Order: sequence, then structure tokens, then C-alpha cells
Amino acid sequence: MSHATTSQATEPAARPGPEVDRRPLARRRRNRILLQAACILITLFMALPIYLIALAAMSSRQSLQKFPLSFIPDNFSTETMQTFLQSTGILGGLINSVQVGVFTLVLSLIVGVPAGYAVARFAFRGRDPYQLFLLFTRALPIVVLSVPLAQLFLQTGLYDSVLAVVLLHTALALPTTILITASVFLGVPRDVEEAARIFGCSPLQAFLKVVMPMAVPGIAAASIFTFVMSWNEVLGASILTLNQRTLPAQVLSSLAESPLAYRFAGGFLLVLPALVFIFFMRRYLTNMWGSTIR
Amino acid sequence: MADISIKGLHKTYPGSTELATNNVSLDVAEGEFMVLLGPSGCGKTTLLRMVAGLDFPDEGSISIGGRDVTYLPPQDRNLSMVFQSYAVFPHRMVRTNIAFGLMMKKVPREEIERKVRWAADLLQLSPYLDRYPAQLSGGQRQRVAVARAIVMDADVLLMDEPLSNLDALLRLDFRAELKKIVQQLGSTTLYVTHDQVEAMSLSDRVAVMKKGQIAQLGSPLTVYEEPADRFVGGFIGSPPMNFLDGRITQQGALEVAGQNTEAPEFLARAAARTGGSPVMVGIRAENIAIAERGTEGSLDAVVEVVEPLGHATLLTVDLGGQTVKVQVPSTVRVSSGDKVGLRFDPAALRFFDTETQLGLTA
Repeated sequence: MSHATTSQATEPAARPGPEVDRRPLARRRRNRILLQAACILITLFMALPIYLIALAAMSSRQSLQKFPLSFIPDNFSTETMQTFLQSTGILGGLINSVQVGVFTLVLSLIVGVPAGYAVARFAFRGRDPYQLFLLFTRALPIVVLSVPLAQLFLQTGLYDSVLAVVLLHTALALPTTILITASVFLGVPRDVEEAARIFGCSPLQAFLKVVMPMAVPGIAAASIFTFVMSWNEVLGASILTLNQRTLPAQVLSSLAESPLAYRFAGGFLLVLPALVFIFFMRRYLTNMWGSTIR
Repeated sequence: MADISIKGLHKTYPGSTELATNNVSLDVAEGEFMVLLGPSGCGKTTLLRMVAGLDFPDEGSISIGGRDVTYLPPQDRNLSMVFQSYAVFPHRMVRTNIAFGLMMKKVPREEIERKVRWAADLLQLSPYLDRYPAQLSGGQRQRVAVARAIVMDADVLLMDEPLSNLDALLRLDFRAELKKIVQQLGSTTLYVTHDQVEAMSLSDRVAVMKKGQIAQLGSPLTVYEEPADRFVGGFIGSPPMNFLDGRITQQGALEVAGQNTEAPEFLARAAARTGGSPVMVGIRAENIAIAERGTEGSLDAVVEVVEPLGHATLLTVDLGGQTVKVQVPSTVRVSSGDKVGLRFDPAALRFFDTETQLGLTA
């Protein structure tokens, strides 16, 4: 306090003198440029194959044989896609795949979200073994599981149905759904839930009106994970179905004897719905009310 | 509006052997502002949570307005609450945050709108009604939490350290504002804090808690001036009360640090019978004056530290090996090392039993 008069001496200089070390600033700028470059590289790594597949699927058969291949769509044609879509089992497989994906999603959320909430909120007996047990379904490879599963489904009459694949995929998706949603429910403060109780909610209402909306990003993440997993899963779906094939299973079964164009078209059709789904779920993933994550 | 009657509450948290509240009984009158004050872990929040219905007691009863609510869920108790962490709903705009309780009660829409406008005006939130809590500052979020609580017209208003997350200046402002609002509402309020200044400034009565029990219940000034035991005296006040080891001699004098001064009559009479007894002397810093050394009735001491606070100067003084805090007007010029005399205000002296630490009164 007694130094009030001397504090004037430390007023900032109008221009930084030559003695200021500006190297850290330069280093910072360089690091930022490197980071940007890395981002672009990784994006290219992911996007380029998708682009090439799309390009091939949208080109005519003849242009695929050309050398060198052009990287810009010079002769756009839907011919390849049309032939692919008209081949046997493809449209049916597409419909089956969408059905399986959606039902798996719904079922795994119906079971997984309450389970995740329980794991996050309640210290029930056997919680730790339960969490460990959850991971067991993923510990065994599907190849090992598939034969007993096929036998079981044959006996119960579920074999070769959409439901069979839905049940398998739900079982495969549940561990991740539960673990992801549990970690998000952990992030919802207990106070907020208690406030909902004080202001007139029953426990169920507090969950539906306050906790669930706050957990939307986690639920979206789990949904993406589940849907994409289900969409891409081939082995289980191939083993459990014969006529009701999902799209990947259908493409896989006829891959070996199909022409190149067919493969590209199949690949494109397999990538597209997953991308569209992620695109729409993305906004829930970053849904932070009043503060945007960019 | 209603009174709260708490009887013999016992609560042990699962996994703990210690009683969080130990046979606590407390009556809060209709419209009273009652503060539960105590250090962390004293059971004050547990008590509040049991009144709220967020925790249930093992034993005992709680009634609000004569209705037994001991084991009712929170939504059936007709109370509202302000949380320490604000606990505003981040996914709802300020408007629906404030209206949440009324919407749950299915109050007509015009009524809700009127009340939200009233609360927003009262708490200066009107410009922010269509924002999300994330777009508000901490102080504004706290206002939303208070607005949400006061629109409810609840029987009882509960507050759990509502000011502790605000910065010091804001806390001072909001404290006065809160007092004004609660006075206007006239609702029965139970307020938990560990800040004794908050407790003193807000309350009609303070319940000082310690280890799951109420150590003293009384008006803020009573608790400040006549602490029931050493704990209360040491907890309330800044600086806390000084405690000195002393003795009442058989001749009826109070002996502190080998020097004699006058003892109150009731202690002198008792000491004359028993032949003198040790006693703990409590005195607040502002009730000690600095005098010329050697003047009649003063105790010799040495100044160790001088802390100018602006409105007063706080001295740390050595009195025959015991440390004493003394608050003197800032006009008094002393420096460390000065030999001074201390003069205790006899009316402000408090005495405590050396064994039980309980206050001794006539």
C-alpha cells in the first residue's frame, strides 16, 4: 500500500523493445500449422478412399478400365449403381440391414440406458462383477459364438429372420451402450436430479425430464456406435441368415464372383447410410445447451 | 407458510459408524429465518437433506406445518430449495428453469408467466429469460436458482450454502439482497452455512452444530456474546474468542498469567468455598483495550504482531506465554516489541469449565 507512488514505474511500454524474446510465439505458430497439417492429412486418409469408391460407383464400366484413372468425375453415370441395385437380394438386403440397424438401436437403448443409469447412480450389490461380466460378450469372438447361436436359433425357430440378427447385434452393442451411457450419467450432477425431485418430480419424471436430456450427447454417441456396428457386422449376420441376408452379408456372399464395378457399387452403398446416420446424430453429439462445441 | 418441528433425529450414513446427526431436535417457527451453522462434517447438510426428503432418518420425526413428513418423498413436502451448486437445469432456458416447479404443479399458464416475470424482476433476470444457464455468469445462475425457489410459494424454503460459490464481493451484495427477498416473502427458511458472518447477518436464530449435535441455539447476538461452550466461542467471530488459562483464587481474584484482576462475584463465592479453582477465561478481541503498562487493573503483555486492517488494527499479544488477539482502533499507534498493558472489559469476560468446556454462568 505504501508503494502506491512507485507502481507507476511498471507501466507497459508502448512498443515491445528488441529485448523481448519472440521465439516462443513463432514456435506456437509453427505448432499450430503442424496441427492443421496433421488434421488435413488424417481427413484425407479417411475421406480419400470414400471419394474413390464413390467415384468408381458413379462412373460407367468402361471408364473404370481406363488408365490412368481420372480423379474428377468426367463421365457421370448411374449405370453401375442401377445394375447393382437390380441384382438379386441387394434391395432386400438393404431393407433388412436398415431394419436390423434401427431395431438394434432401439432395443439396445431401451435395455442399455437404464442399465447405464443404474451402474452410474446406484451402489448395488454385485455392481463390479456386473460391469466385468458385461465385457464378456465381447471377449469371445463371434466365430466361436456363431455355431451355438445358429443351433439355438434353429431350435427356437428364429433362424434366418431379422429378429435373430437384431438379437445378436443388440447383445454385441449392449456393453458399449451401457459403458458409454454410464459415463455420461456420471457426469450429470446428482444435485440437478435432486433439484428436480424437490420441484415436484417423481424419480421417473426426474430421469425423463432432467437426466435423460442432459445425457443426450452420450446417448447419441452410443447410438452411432451401435448403428455403425450393426451396419458393418458381417460374420454373425452371415451365419444366422440364409435368405434374409443383411446387405454386408449379401455383398460378401457374392463378392468373389462379381465384377469390379459391382464391388465398388456395393462398397459405396455400404458406406453411405452409416455416413448419413452419423451426419444426423452429430448435432446431438455436441449438444451443449447455450455453448457450442466446434 | 408453516413451522418445522424436528424431533430426535438420528442418521447414520451406510458404511459409516459415526452418527451424521445424533438426536437432533429443533423447532423453527412460522416465518422464521433459521441458520444451521457449523464446520464441515457437523451434520448440518444432512439435517437439511432430511427435512428436504433427499435422505431419510434412521429414527426421529419431522413435521412441517403439523403434518408428519418424515418419510415422504421430496415432491410431496411442498418445499423448495436452493442448492450450493445452483443445480439449474442446463438444458432449459432461464424462463423454464424458473417455471419448472410451477409447470410440474400444473399451474395455469398465465399464472406461471406472471410469477416468472415477478421473480425475474425481483432478481434482475428479466433480460436473460431466453438464455441458457451456460450463457450466464455464476452470480446470475445463482439468481436463477433463487428465482426458481421463490416462485413456488412453498411452505418452507431450504438453502444449502447458496452463497459459497460466489466470489467475495458478489457474496456480500447478494447476502443483503437475499435477506431483503426472504423478508418480503416471509417464508419459513432453513439455511445451512459454514460462514459465521453469513449466519450472523441473515438469521433470526442460529443453531450452531458440532459433531451431529446442536451445540447452541439462540439469536445471533446471544450466540456471539454468550457462547454456550468453548467450541461455539471459538467458531463464531473473526478473530475467534481468546481463551486463556486462569484461576480463581480463594481471595476471589482472577489470576491470569501470574497476574491478578477482578473476578465476578458468583465465581469468587464458589472459589471461596472450594479454595480456588482453575477456570478458562474467554474474551473477544474487541473487548480488550491497550493501556499504559502498570496502570491499575491492567495485565502486562508484549506486542508480537501488528496487523492494520483499515477499520481497526489487530494485535497479536503475548500475555505471560499465552497468545491473545486484541483489536484496537486504527488510531492506536503500537509496534511489535512494545511492552503494553491489557485491560479486559469485565462485562465481556466469559468463563468456561476447564473439564467440560461448558460456559459458567451465575
